[in-house]
Amino acid sequence: MKPVIDVWNAPFWDAAREGRLLVQRCTDTGQCFFPPAPVSPFTGRPNTEWVESAGAGELFSFVVFHQKYFPGFPTPYPVVMVKLDEGPMLLTNLRGAEASALKIGQRMHVVFDPEVDGFRLPQFEIAA
Amino acid sequence: MNIHDTYPLRDKTAFCGIGTSRFGSFPESDSYGLGCEALNMALDDAGLRPGDIDGLIVNRIPSYERFAEMMGINPQYCLLTEAPGRFSGVSLSLAMQAVATGAAKTVALVYGNNGRSKRVNYGGGDSQWSPWGMTSPGASHAMMWARHMHDYGTTHADLGWVAEAFRHHACLNPDAVMHGRPITREDHASARPICEPLKLLDYCLINDGAVAWIITSAERARDLRRPPVLISGYARQDNFTYGSAPPTDYWQGSFSVVQDQIYARAGIARDELSGLGIYDNFSPTVLFSLEGMGFCPPGEGGNFVKDGTLRLGTGRWPTNTSGGHLSDSYMQGWGIIAECVRQLRGDCGERQIPNAQAMQYICATNIALSAIFRRG
Repeated sequence: MKPVIDVWNAPFWDAAREGRLLVQRCTDTGQCFFPPAPVSPFTGRPNTEWVESAGAGELFSFVVFHQKYFPGFPTPYPVVMVKLDEGPMLLTNLRGAEASALKIGQRMHVVFDPEVDGFRLPQFEIAA
Repeated sequence: MNIHDTYPLRDKTAFCGIGTSRFGSFPESDSYGLGCEALNMALDDAGLRPGDIDGLIVNRIPSYERFAEMMGINPQYCLLTEAPGRFSGVSLSLAMQAVATGAAKTVALVYGNNGRSKRVNYGGGDSQWSPWGMTSPGASHAMMWARHMHDYGTTHADLGWVAEAFRHHACLNPDAVMHGRPITREDHASARPICEPLKLLDYCLINDGAVAWIITSAERARDLRRPPVLISGYARQDNFTYGSAPPTDYWQGSFSVVQDQIYARAGIARDELSGLGIYDNFSPTVLFSLEGMGFCPPGEGGNFVKDGTLRLGTGRWPTNTSGGHLSDSYMQGWGIIAECVRQLRGDCGERQIPNAQAMQYICATNIALSAIFRRG
């Protein structure tokens, strides 16, 4: 599935193509948020900036899909919910390991898939 | 209004008619046809005619205007509410407000869905997370349940008590889709995985069907054909701050507000309830609801439902006596509320809760809400 690009998330996907993970930060409170939006959810004001995430976080939860919803996703496949150290949650896929290796609470870090159709997806590996 | 004042809508409005269509696969009809069937049952139940309806709320029926045209209803209050199941309870509150403020005297609420024969898939399509294959309400609940097991030590086997109890109820309900098909907790454990940690028997049943309620003032309901069921209290707290991801607190924050308000508003204590109707889109939601509403402490839902607590005849808290979404049909809360009304009228036959006096409906979603009903 190709991402749906809108005016707010375009900078995220442009940076992902370069292998960088961006999130927005509220310049009034210093808190980061995702998905991209015109205003900060902490203040409702448009005082925001893009910052590069260190790409590290903690496995908050995970599931394994057996039901097929998308042609491009052979089942079973895991989806991991990662809480970035900067605060936001991301839902991505696991790289470099089987789902049986996952343990909630373990450290994860971002890796980028090769470019397909002009997009690179950020994904997560179990941190060494 | 001072917070110490009595809830102004307490016992002011009532169900005076309910109707539920057949549930199953009916490609020869559609949401309009099924909705008309349910509304006619509700009108007959109340002893009313379409011309008596001056308020209309439709849900999952594509056009309120076409539906009103079909039924010959020309109301003073009319709207179509959003598709998610949380809107059954929201629609209920809108009807209560319409009647209490005089916007309408008698509101018909009609839910119609032909998702089974249209093969509606609750997943797929473009979304924030679709590039990663994350989709469907079931996966979101599986994500929450995986974390719940980590946080509290609950297990998938705990959910088997929920699935088994509701299937037992469906076997007592001749109208339930799963009537005559009992399951054991072993069946629940060995069902095929859909989105792990959830398996097939943790999921609700997509069907064609319709439900109609007619709500009017408590006063007027007393003059109609059937004993009124009063809407004693309603409370709601939304939380839309989860960053488009599955909620991380099982809606406990929202429910703490709802719990503080609902019993006080209804003037009915938890111990006075005879049974529950819980929005069981997926089995974990039942535990999140019980924990959120304070039937047990956070994380204790698994222990709470063990040994048949939710099962008619054996448990203190008979829940979803029709079979619920898991074993009757997924009518997005509309059918569960209709069952609460039937219980309070004593219409439930083999699955009747003896001397049912008050029932509580609970819906755990980003709009967390609850309502309490009692015999009029």
